[in-house]
Amino acid sequence: MSIAPAQMDALREKIRRIEAGERVSRGFLPFGAPEIDGRLPGGGLALGALHEVAGGGNGALDGAAAALFAAGILARTHGQILWCVSPDLFAPALAQAGLHPDRVLCIDTRSDKEVLACMEEGLRHGGLAGVVGEISRLAMTPSRRLQLAAETSGTLAIAIRRWRRPAEATDFGQPTASTTRWRVSALPASPLPVPGVGRPRWLVELIRAKAGECAEFEVEQCDETGRIAIPAELVHRPAAAGDGRERAVA
Amino acid sequence: MGANAPSLDTPLVLIGHEGRKRVVLAADQAARREGLRPGMAASKAQALVANLVIMDADPDADRTALEKLAIWMQRHFAPIVAPDSDGLMLDITGVAHLFGGEKAMLTEMVRKLAGVGIGAKIAAAPTYGAAHALARHVANPAFMLDADKLADALALLPVSALRLPGDILDALKQLGFDRIEELSKTPRAPLALRFGAVIGNRLDQAFGRADEPFDPILPAEMAHVRQNFAEPIGAPETLARYTTKLVEQLCAELEVKGLGARKLDLLFFRVDNRIEVIRIGTAKPVRDAKRLAKLLCDKIETVDPGFGVETMTLTALIAEPLSYRAIATSLADAPTPDVSGLIDTLANWMGEERLYRVAPVESDLPERAVQRVAAMAPPAGTTWPAHWPRPLRLLNPPERVETMALLPDRPPVFFTWRGRQRKVANADGPERIFGEWWKAKAETHMVRDYFQVEDEAGERFWLYRAGDGQDPATGPQTWFLHGIFA
Repeated sequence: MSIAPAQMDALREKIRRIEAGERVSRGFLPFGAPEIDGRLPGGGLALGALHEVAGGGNGALDGAAAALFAAGILARTHGQILWCVSPDLFAPALAQAGLHPDRVLCIDTRSDKEVLACMEEGLRHGGLAGVVGEISRLAMTPSRRLQLAAETSGTLAIAIRRWRRPAEATDFGQPTASTTRWRVSALPASPLPVPGVGRPRWLVELIRAKAGECAEFEVEQCDETGRIAIPAELVHRPAAAGDGRERAVA
Repeated sequence: MGANAPSLDTPLVLIGHEGRKRVVLAADQAARREGLRPGMAASKAQALVANLVIMDADPDADRTALEKLAIWMQRHFAPIVAPDSDGLMLDITGVAHLFGGEKAMLTEMVRKLAGVGIGAKIAAAPTYGAAHALARHVANPAFMLDADKLADALALLPVSALRLPGDILDALKQLGFDRIEELSKTPRAPLALRFGAVIGNRLDQAFGRADEPFDPILPAEMAHVRQNFAEPIGAPETLARYTTKLVEQLCAELEVKGLGARKLDLLFFRVDNRIEVIRIGTAKPVRDAKRLAKLLCDKIETVDPGFGVETMTLTALIAEPLSYRAIATSLADAPTPDVSGLIDTLANWMGEERLYRVAPVESDLPERAVQRVAAMAPPAGTTWPAHWPRPLRLLNPPERVETMALLPDRPPVFFTWRGRQRKVANADGPERIFGEWWKAKAETHMVRDYFQVEDEAGERFWLYRAGDGQDPATGPQTWFLHGIFA
């Protein structure tokens, strides 16, 4: 038996509506880089959903790149952010990624349990643009609670996964209810013609995306408005392959 | 007494009538140095000290002033405060941790009271009787007694510390009782036969063998509602239901006065004379019954109802005018969502001091560049300068690293941090930061040279050298890792 594609699409839409229940899609926040947005269902990061970000390598311990990646995303939203901070977060760096300190409500959390409770409360409130928590263990049930809370209020939720020991980072393989899952690792910065550190680069891996496929991108770190960019690589080739006429003119 | 008050070193006594005698009721420190004591005849005091200032005691005014002080203490320290004969009783159960421990709380109380011109002596003890005695008989103005030392400490105190009537004290003195230990070792029956049950009661109260009812102060002008129960209640759901009812009544009362609550105390009077308290605060005046009830009900699990609660009272300790606000009329700007409800919930869960926003401080030293401001503070509008890169993680304190670097101003070639050696591929710097000589003398010559370095794997770090690489006065020339870039 063969089914026409149009029929199939209608059927899919129907199933999607049944599954979503009363929850409606809250739209998407594009990264502004077509290479990334094209790989994400909906053309961007789903609002009203939970996203997980972790660092790769040593970044799993310090979570610096992951946190800046999250800050860049939130810098492009409007409204207040609730950030469950760990004591070593340095706010000027967030401001340099476009997240103005006036927008960020910080809360000192001392355990994963507190982070989860605060995140859920922030998500249920509905008046925030985003909620960020730095958390090490995230099991299926709590992540499902966060995802549902985010869906009902339409608030963007980002869980920055950060562990104390490298061995614990294997926890990132455990299934959770998050909509997307990212890993951000540092790469050598864009080369400069003079000594110095160029614009930092990241390897951004989209490890899991609900209704989407995995992908990886090499990007330049977010600028002062929170945008990441795909670096424009210059192709290496011989300098002048012509017949030297230009030189003759000069 | 205002401007015409006598100076501190002039002896001053307050006199009043005791029966038909005019006696000294209170004497200040200068008068006590001259040997004057409360209870002395006024004429004797006058004869002993030449330049004595005598004033009539005004017990009503004393009482009013003490009640005012009690309300002030209630706002600042603990919800349950009761004025005593010549002092205040505070129940600090479950409150002390907010001030960093009991010792710190007592010191803070003495300091704050000194700030408003009151020289206070405070003692904390497991029973009201013991605290009352110790506050009046121990020289240390902020004395704290542990539960296991209660009996030893009380034993040494004089009998007069037991809050007994004057005639009984006189009689005990005649009988040769000086200290509480002598009295507590004496068989009860003969004492009770002669003086009644009062001595036994006071001893039991001081040693914690008998409960002491406690009637907290309730200022008349505060919005206050009360619910008595015919049968004691104890189930958390029932407590929550009546909490909601009380909040609704209180909100109705506040509406009449045009006020919104900033601080609420919900008191649970247990059948065994103990009082359990829930205190909540809000960032802005609130009269939304649902929201206040949620804040209170969140904390019901901290209440131990014991054998049951027979009375609940809800007081708006601090209430501020709540005016009506026009809703946004302009079509152009989207209404900003009100997050004060969320702030209240989180602040009451976690503690107010753990919820904050950060604001820039004009300081080049990274550890001083950030300050915490209240979550509801008006937006500062400013941010940090954007042209110097700052790491996302700042290590506090900076960690010592071993490096190899050319002096005076070259970045390191490699560095060893947490046992791992990293070769520096690229580096930017130095960014020189000078010490703030106006803050500390040690910083007069201090210099830090910051470098942003990238190792071969692409991880980026913020290193600094303490010192300018030449002059030993600027620092020990050792290297530290201060932050991790994203």
